[in-house]
Amino acid sequence: MDLAYLWFFIVGFLFIGYFVLDGFDFGVGMSLPFLGKDDTDRRVLINTIGPVWDLNETWVIVAGASLFAAFPEWYATLFSGFYLALLLILLALIVRGVSFEYRHKNPESKWKKWFDGMIIVGSALPALLWGVAFANIVQGVALSENHIYTGGLLPLLNPYALLGGITTLVLFFTHGVVFITLKTEGELKERARKLAIKSGLVTIVVAATFLVWTTIAFGSVLSGAVAVIAALALITAYLLNLRGREGWSFAFMSVTVATAVLSLFLALFPDVMPASNNPAYSLTIENASSSDYTLTVMTWTALIFLPVVMVYQGWTYWVFRKRVTRQSVLAAAH
Amino acid sequence: MEWLDPLALARWQFGLTTVYHFLFVPITIGMALSVALFQTAWYRTDKVHYLQLTRFFGNLFLINFAMGVVTGIVQEFQFGMNWSDYSRFVGDIFGAPLAFEGLMAFFFEATFIGLWIFGWDKLPRGLHLATIWLTWVGTVLSAYFILAANAFMQNPVGYEMNAEKGRAELVDIVAVLANPIATNQFPHTILGSIMVAAAIIVSVSAWHLSRNQNLDTMRPALKFGLWALLGSGIMMFISGDSLGLAMVEAQPMKMAAAEALYTTSANASFSVFSIGTPDGSSEIWSVRVPGLLSFLSTHTFTGEVEGINDLQAAYTAAYGPGDYAPLIWVTYWSFRWMIGLGALAAFVAVVGLWMTRGNRNPGKWAWKAATWSWPLPLLAMTLGWIFTEMGRQPWIVFGLLKTEDGVSPGVTGLEVLISLVAFTAIYGVLAVVEAKLFLKAAQKGPAPVEMTKVDGSDEEQPVLVGTVY
Repeated sequence: MDLAYLWFFIVGFLFIGYFVLDGFDFGVGMSLPFLGKDDTDRRVLINTIGPVWDLNETWVIVAGASLFAAFPEWYATLFSGFYLALLLILLALIVRGVSFEYRHKNPESKWKKWFDGMIIVGSALPALLWGVAFANIVQGVALSENHIYTGGLLPLLNPYALLGGITTLVLFFTHGVVFITLKTEGELKERARKLAIKSGLVTIVVAATFLVWTTIAFGSVLSGAVAVIAALALITAYLLNLRGREGWSFAFMSVTVATAVLSLFLALFPDVMPASNNPAYSLTIENASSSDYTLTVMTWTALIFLPVVMVYQGWTYWVFRKRVTRQSVLAAAH
Repeated sequence: MEWLDPLALARWQFGLTTVYHFLFVPITIGMALSVALFQTAWYRTDKVHYLQLTRFFGNLFLINFAMGVVTGIVQEFQFGMNWSDYSRFVGDIFGAPLAFEGLMAFFFEATFIGLWIFGWDKLPRGLHLATIWLTWVGTVLSAYFILAANAFMQNPVGYEMNAEKGRAELVDIVAVLANPIATNQFPHTILGSIMVAAAIIVSVSAWHLSRNQNLDTMRPALKFGLWALLGSGIMMFISGDSLGLAMVEAQPMKMAAAEALYTTSANASFSVFSIGTPDGSSEIWSVRVPGLLSFLSTHTFTGEVEGINDLQAAYTAAYGPGDYAPLIWVTYWSFRWMIGLGALAAFVAVVGLWMTRGNRNPGKWAWKAATWSWPLPLLAMTLGWIFTEMGRQPWIVFGLLKTEDGVSPGVTGLEVLISLVAFTAIYGVLAVVEAKLFLKAAQKGPAPVEMTKVDGSDEEQPVLVGTVY
């Protein structure tokens, strides 16, 4: 059963990877109306994540599959319970993904405008809803004795969960805008830096409120300590952006997202989905996990392949390390 | 209300989203291979028309790839959303190949496709070529793992029941990955995917040839497509035959249902076409090949093939009262049309190769007809999956769990209806957009390659520009 505890953190790691990586994709998508003054700007913005959004998004597929394999009960309860929220996330991810690919296939401005809209909505909706979903998991939901979610849609839209959603929304927004300062240059970069100063302030206030709430209501000493690190990292990222140190600022934004998610997982521990109506019905690491044999097989696979994955994905980021410029976008045929 | 039955709606949703997703999957697998081969030919020979073909079919490939990726996420989430009791029951086993697929295949695919699309001017030529091959390896690995997962549903192996937890648990991962249904389904699926891509290449090149344009690229593309279609088509029959044998072993009911064979018979015949009573239980008229069903099932013309009635009796004895036959008209016709359309595609390849042998050109009507090759393998493949999955009914995991017991207990019919309508609407719109983009790109034809002088010599080399969104 010890492996189940390891897998709790592997699943946590995969979600951290997802939110750090696709988090800035969401932010870039949401920034289009704020930073994309003309079509060339918008293309520059989209191309900052062009080569990598797909691999970033794949982290959620792997996280989901690992959740399924390591904690079938958790996967079953969570995915059937948060039905409509997940449906919206899926629809958003669908339109976002095809929009990246199809937007540049037709030079008409009406066509592009349409896909810009879908990128914006397709980025904002998951950024909001993932926060709502995770806050609800931490807070606990109504479960039956057989671990079936009984609450329906409305209880999921409670103040704490909505604050969680707004937190991830503004956090990913700032994360993405800081990423843009790292990946663009000139006037666009400067505008992004200024936008990150504004949105960063909002993010600090909202995220701090959420983390304090989480720690007091649901947290442990450890999750609280990690939440403090997240808050400090966020403030550091903010100050670094003020001074125009975009590389370090982005690194600290990534630390912020990672530690904030980690803090949620620690607040959850050792439950995976607490039952708010009766603690005896809670899903825990122990009662939701797969058999020892399955987890052993999975552990070996993850230990071998996760490092390999991280190496070749790291290399990909290195290949595309250059800043995207207006000239480079304009030079390409249409 | 009957129309708000979560089970029926969840089944329709699974069928709809899976069939839709699987239109893009074989194109991705087959087209990635074709593009990799074109690019390899360019790498080896430096002939510019191979580069043009790489970029041209690469573009068509990417228009599809995006759809395959985004519709694939739905598939993974759907098990938990609509089939949570199924997920609870098999998660210990079924989740592992899905996680393997993610870790080993999806990451691979998603990373290297990005490198290929955007890396034309950033990677050395050899390395850039490697990225498309690695993308293809990713698609093939992914196919294997998902087929292994599916094979468990057709033929559960390598598990033990845990009565206390009420679920099946993995005891032998090798048995799960080496499931004979998976090892036979895998070549069948990969070959089918090659047929699908080959038929699309034939259609696209035939369209250009019918207008007497882009001959320098479209003529070699046509030949490539025809040979690939023929080669994979021939091998397809061999793989289908061995899959059939494995299926008879694991799910005799499915083979009986494929022929609507009610009584156990030796020397069972195969009806190519038949007209039956509306309920399908008896036949009015048919065209039959004697002994063929026996041959398909046992490799002898006199082998005994179990009939639906006997199997029904045996299963009732084993699993209790219930209806253990799938919908016969679905299995019967999907099986036939799968074989028929596949054979027709291979026949198109033979005729096409004959008519274009040497440097011959057929009449315009033949080019026009060849333009319509593309639906044949695609439809055959779709029907093959409908046969495989509908033929498994009433089971979701054969012999262990019925489909009706796998559906999410906490999800209402209204919720499933909302998602079914939403997916149908969005998939419908995207299908139109996709088809338009695909047609536009296909009809535009290969773009000319801009050449530049190599520094300090008279040699020319193509200008390689990375894609920009």
